[in-house]
Amino acid sequence: MSARCTGNDRLRRLLIKSTAASAAVGALCAAGLLKPTRVLAAEWGRSGFAATSLPEALKAIGAAASAESGAIVIKSVEISENGALVPCEVISSIPDTQSIAVLVERNPMPLAASLSFAEGVLPRVRLQLKMAESSRIRVVVRAGDGKTYHASREVRVTLGGCGA
Amino acid sequence: MPEPIKIRAVQQGESTEIRILLQHPMETGLRRDQASGQKIPAHFITTFTVSAHGKVLINAQLNTSIARNPLFVFQSKGLQPGDRVRVAWSDNRGEQRADEATVAAA
Repeated sequence: MSARCTGNDRLRRLLIKSTAASAAVGALCAAGLLKPTRVLAAEWGRSGFAATSLPEALKAIGAAASAESGAIVIKSVEISENGALVPCEVISSIPDTQSIAVLVERNPMPLAASLSFAEGVLPRVRLQLKMAESSRIRVVVRAGDGKTYHASREVRVTLGGCGA
Repeated sequence: MPEPIKIRAVQQGESTEIRILLQHPMETGLRRDQASGQKIPAHFITTFTVSAHGKVLINAQLNTSIARNPLFVFQSKGLQPGDRVRVAWSDNRGEQRADEATVAAA
């Protein structure tokens, strides 16, 4: 946790050098996160936002069985030097798009934002994410018939925004 | 008192571009104070809405993983120059802020 999130870069790099150690960092982070997540969940019951893994978050927003779609465009940078501010644009060409959810797969809490649009609003948005580390950004679109679609895009982060 | 929301709405042909800058620390709850080593508690916008003509256009639910002082850009049809656009947010501490702007001609 502290190794990953307080900007102790030397230690972090050492740990991340071996894949085994990097798994351990993940475990530590998860363990450390249990407490604040519980507090959040208690006072803030919006489904999916307190989830600490991608499958959990997808399940909570009802998108566990979404279909991959080429009609969702995700624009972002290939490499971000600053994980505290990663610009991202999402454009959905799926007919009757009702809502767009943005998830950063490897963030401590993957679900970053969920936006729902009234009729007349174009199903597109530009926003700015924090990313703890290099990760795929996954976008889930819900259409009027209740079906969900997703697309994803990899963004590499040189300096994590977890502690920013 | 929370910082004002900066809103710019500009008509672009048939649609209106709405740029919203939410001035907020967006603390994740994971960061530590450099001096004391104490964790800085989470403080972030959980919800914001964009409305016009008394109708909600966009409802946004956010997590801690949205950047500090984030910028959002939307596009909507059905607005005219002169229309008022209202943005309102509330955060996990119960603080709130609402501001309005007028749609400008391009």
